[in-house]
Amino acid sequence: MSRYAQRRRLNFFSISLCYAAAAFGLGFLLLILIALVGKGLGGFSLDLFTQMTPPPGSKGGLLNAIYGSLVMTFLGVAIGTPIGMLAGTYMAEYGRGTKLTFIVRFINDILLSAPSIVIGLFVYEIMVSKMGHFSGIAGAVALAIIVIPVVVRTTEDMLLLVPAQMREAATALGLPRFHVITKIAYKAARAGLVTGILLAIARASGETAPLLFTALNNQFFSTDLNAPMASLPVIIFQFALSPYADWQQLAWSGALIVTVAVLCLSISARVLARKGVGG
Amino acid sequence: MADLTINNYAMQLDKEHKRARVFTRFRLSDGFFRRCTFSAVMLVLALLGGVMIALAYGSIPAFQAFGLGFFVTEVWNPVTDKFGALAPIYGTVVTSLIAMLIAVPVGIGSAIFLTELCPQSLRRPIGVAIELLAAIPSIIYGLWGLFILAPFVQQYVQPGLISLFGDIPVLSTLFAGPPYGIGILTAGFVLAIMVLPFITSISRDVFETVPPVLKEAGYGLGCTTWEVSRHVVLPYTGVGVIGGIMLGLGRALGETMAVTFVIGNAHRISGSILAPGTTISASIANEFTEAVGDLYTSALIELGFILFIITFIVLAISRYMLLRIEQKKGV
Repeated sequence: MSRYAQRRRLNFFSISLCYAAAAFGLGFLLLILIALVGKGLGGFSLDLFTQMTPPPGSKGGLLNAIYGSLVMTFLGVAIGTPIGMLAGTYMAEYGRGTKLTFIVRFINDILLSAPSIVIGLFVYEIMVSKMGHFSGIAGAVALAIIVIPVVVRTTEDMLLLVPAQMREAATALGLPRFHVITKIAYKAARAGLVTGILLAIARASGETAPLLFTALNNQFFSTDLNAPMASLPVIIFQFALSPYADWQQLAWSGALIVTVAVLCLSISARVLARKGVGG
Repeated sequence: MADLTINNYAMQLDKEHKRARVFTRFRLSDGFFRRCTFSAVMLVLALLGGVMIALAYGSIPAFQAFGLGFFVTEVWNPVTDKFGALAPIYGTVVTSLIAMLIAVPVGIGSAIFLTELCPQSLRRPIGVAIELLAAIPSIIYGLWGLFILAPFVQQYVQPGLISLFGDIPVLSTLFAGPPYGIGILTAGFVLAIMVLPFITSISRDVFETVPPVLKEAGYGLGCTTWEVSRHVVLPYTGVGVIGGIMLGLGRALGETMAVTFVIGNAHRISGSILAPGTTISASIANEFTEAVGDLYTSALIELGFILFIITFIVLAISRYMLLRIEQKKGV
């Protein structure tokens, strides 16, 4: 009976640890959110969205950073999404089960988790050092490279979920492959494809490392894509590490904006994904 | 009558002509679309090759100047143009190690909780919450680490560690020094929180591939929940769990922003894990835009190249392991 008691005790102990582990993970999510709201909300005002980033010691907002983030994220997604979707389409439709698809999937999965700072270095090498200056467009290209693997992955996964009967029915009606894919498979997988794009936007809008030495930063409002451009994450990085209290406050407010945006995008992506194929 | 036939014949011709035209258009657009998708696939491949080549090209000056000595030199002096990668490599490895020491048991524990213990109705919300932790941008972790975690660690955790291990020979050097708050230990801890969701969600996914029959057989023999998890679920999914761990490790090695905030950016190797240090990605993030001179820039690019190769290998192993568990599921 003592052996049984011992096993019971070990079981109780280990199971409690598992509970504790889950509580640990969730606890930190809560702690981070509480800190963000607590510190970030204090700096919320209309100025945040209408004023430029200030010099230390004076009042200001984050308008140029918000604008820069929106523009570069939009461009990055606009460049990356078509490429990613086409590549995903090839893998799921034309090259299903081929060796090439297998290799590309492998490479794509590696790109998906590759350090984003390396992407920044890469774009610096191919664009910034050739052009001779930092620019918003280089930042957008860096974000596009972040976006591509995300979109490739979801596009392939979602197209693979479309039932083969749908394609067969369309083919039997005499539709060419191109129409079968764009008019039937894409439509059936629409919710899933949108999910992929939302996830890509969420990923791109929070990225800092690839922008550090591509778009750099800009204290002024700039719509020139050929010039350095501010972005929220980079401003957060710069302001948080500064010794000025008002800059740090702006960094927290910016962080709250970014996090709320990213979490909203991720949650809506998840809601859409639940609808899945056929929605 | 004859007129009518001719007319009919002409219409027929016209129809066939139209048909042929539509078919040609179909064929052309079909071929065009196929080629577009194929080039996109090639572009993804080229991306990886391009990153490798561009970084290798950029690191040539540094490699010519320092050779293989780059890997074993601790000096990092922009003034005299002497650079060595040992301190960043050491920092990267140690912070990732600390992160894995914390995140692996916690991640697997959470996954067991999610698949075996959690009430069915709570599984989805908790799973989603843990995945949301993965969606939070790394800069937020960095900000939080710097302003919330580091002061806490400085005030409560580090003094405790220093006095606790102060009299034990080896551990006293490991936990030596003034409590800065920021440093290698704090960076490792923030990394652990960051990679935790990856390990948890992959472990949960592979745990769910275990056939219920196996678990039921275990319970039928009178096993406890822990014994089933430890002796049935874990051995069955071993490869997949290791794949998930490697994926987390790949993330930890390459993570930039979260670490840059809390590591302290000191290019030296210290015996104490409470001391500030640096990692490859933190060095690049901090110094690249301020790097003057080709050699300095090139040394940083070479650091990036090393990081890319290391993470590439780790992630490739991870993918291979996860592929094997997928095949197992398929059989």
